[in-house]
Amino acid sequence: MWHWIQRFSSPKHFYVMSAPLITWFSVSALLIGAYGLYLGLFVAPTDYQQGESYRIIFIHVPAAWMSMFVYMVMAVSSGIGIIWQIRLADMVAAASAPIGASFAFIALVTGSLWGKPMWGAYWVWDARLTSELILLFLYLGYMALQSAIEDQRSADKASGLLAIVGVVNIPIIHYSVEWWNTLHQGATVAKFDKPSMHIDMLIPLLLMAVAFKLFYAAVVLVRARNEALYRDRNRRWVRELVERL
Amino acid sequence: MNWSEFFNMGGYAFFVWTSYAITFAVIVANIIFPIVQRKNVIARIKRSIKREQIELNKDSA
Amino acid sequence: MLKAYYHLLIRDLRLALRSRHELANPLIFFVLVVTLFPLAVTPTPQALQTMAPGVIWVSALLAVLLSLDRLFKLDYEDGSLDQLMLSPNPLMILVLAKVTAHWLLTGLPLVIIAPLLGLFMSLPADAVTVLIYSLLLGTPVLSLVGAIGVSLTVAVNRGGVLLSLIILPLYIPILIFGANAVDVAADGLPVTGQLLFLGAVLALALSLAPLATSVALRITASR
Repeated sequence: MWHWIQRFSSPKHFYVMSAPLITWFSVSALLIGAYGLYLGLFVAPTDYQQGESYRIIFIHVPAAWMSMFVYMVMAVSSGIGIIWQIRLADMVAAASAPIGASFAFIALVTGSLWGKPMWGAYWVWDARLTSELILLFLYLGYMALQSAIEDQRSADKASGLLAIVGVVNIPIIHYSVEWWNTLHQGATVAKFDKPSMHIDMLIPLLLMAVAFKLFYAAVVLVRARNEALYRDRNRRWVRELVERL
Repeated sequence: MNWSEFFNMGGYAFFVWTSYAITFAVIVANIIFPIVQRKNVIARIKRSIKREQIELNKDSA
Repeated sequence: MLKAYYHLLIRDLRLALRSRHELANPLIFFVLVVTLFPLAVTPTPQALQTMAPGVIWVSALLAVLLSLDRLFKLDYEDGSLDQLMLSPNPLMILVLAKVTAHWLLTGLPLVIIAPLLGLFMSLPADAVTVLIYSLLLGTPVLSLVGAIGVSLTVAVNRGGVLLSLIILPLYIPILIFGANAVDVAADGLPVTGQLLFLGAVLALALSLAPLATSVALRITASR
């Protein structure tokens, strides 16, 4: 079985196997996303408290979920790469970081734009936004460390270790920020209320979450293939492949 | 619901549509960058293959 | 094993004491930065008391951050780090020795001078006591977690800013609870919860950080 894993996870094999997957993931992401947006923007009813502005939720919440999910994937892949020396895992981790950071960025911007009609301010130090901002910093630190170290293997392992240390810290950071936030809730800051989840609101939300996941899957495969090509650029399988392109 | 009401989003048009626009832009960037990256990687590899062939020809000449 | 710890600790302390003038730098930095705030904002006692916990804690954080470089850099450059990694003693213990030395030279002085800064910032006596406790529990964690960051960036040229980017997010929980403890103490409220949290984080850091640091060193600094 070990032999099978090693064969299956070789960059060359991955490169070949992933091509049809990319098409499949992108198309389903597009279709599910389109349907989810349709339901969210046209079909879901107006919220009693927040009017139409709550519709930002259909991208804000999935983006926030994804930013955390991708970080988990990054940490787990890094762990696999460090422990079992599977290079594909390192490639997936490196490929995931910019995507996760993008999701964190989207979550912050949409959260801020949602906050203005809700609380009257573009930025409020509420627990969720603050944690999301710190998560973005964790992503940026990971990417900065990766690009700072010249030797590829050391870079992968070092940033991988940082991702794992980050994962251990994320619950601590979340808890600390939550706790800090409960102390400093002024009269002007209302609790970040999700609208009471009508089923017509929940379904588009979940559909968008699935669509974002599929989108991530497609993009990470494209990026990971680029990593595979670049890292193995002196190997025969890459040279033969490139000559045919 | 007519179209102008839809675009108005109950007065929240700026916030809702800016959110969706920025999200869309980031998504599109995440599609374009990897594709461009792929092109660059392949071009780079092709160039280094060429360079090596020139070296080999020089050596054998 | 304990002997190795002890000897490395003494060696690091001795080496640092040879360049005694450098030792005062983090301390002076700490005091200077705190002094900037009354000058920049306002010297009224009420305002100072409100700012004090945050200002003192952030300045402590920055002072430790600036001093972290000396933890491994010099040894990396002259090859002593390689020797340490080749030693039969577990690298974790050696790392712990170096971190202890770092704390004794950087963190502990900050704790000792904190009452003076409490005075500058109009903190009541109860709050100053809590400030000392919180720094006493918090600064070792700063050294321990900082060591992880330094070990990851030791081989990077001009890795100072990168180090800050990596470590500061990890410092945030300590900052939150440390500053809050002092804040709350100034109002006369109990601080057991906050101090227990800091203690728990210290225990966690003591057990995990040396391990992470030694793994990181083997990744980045083996030649």
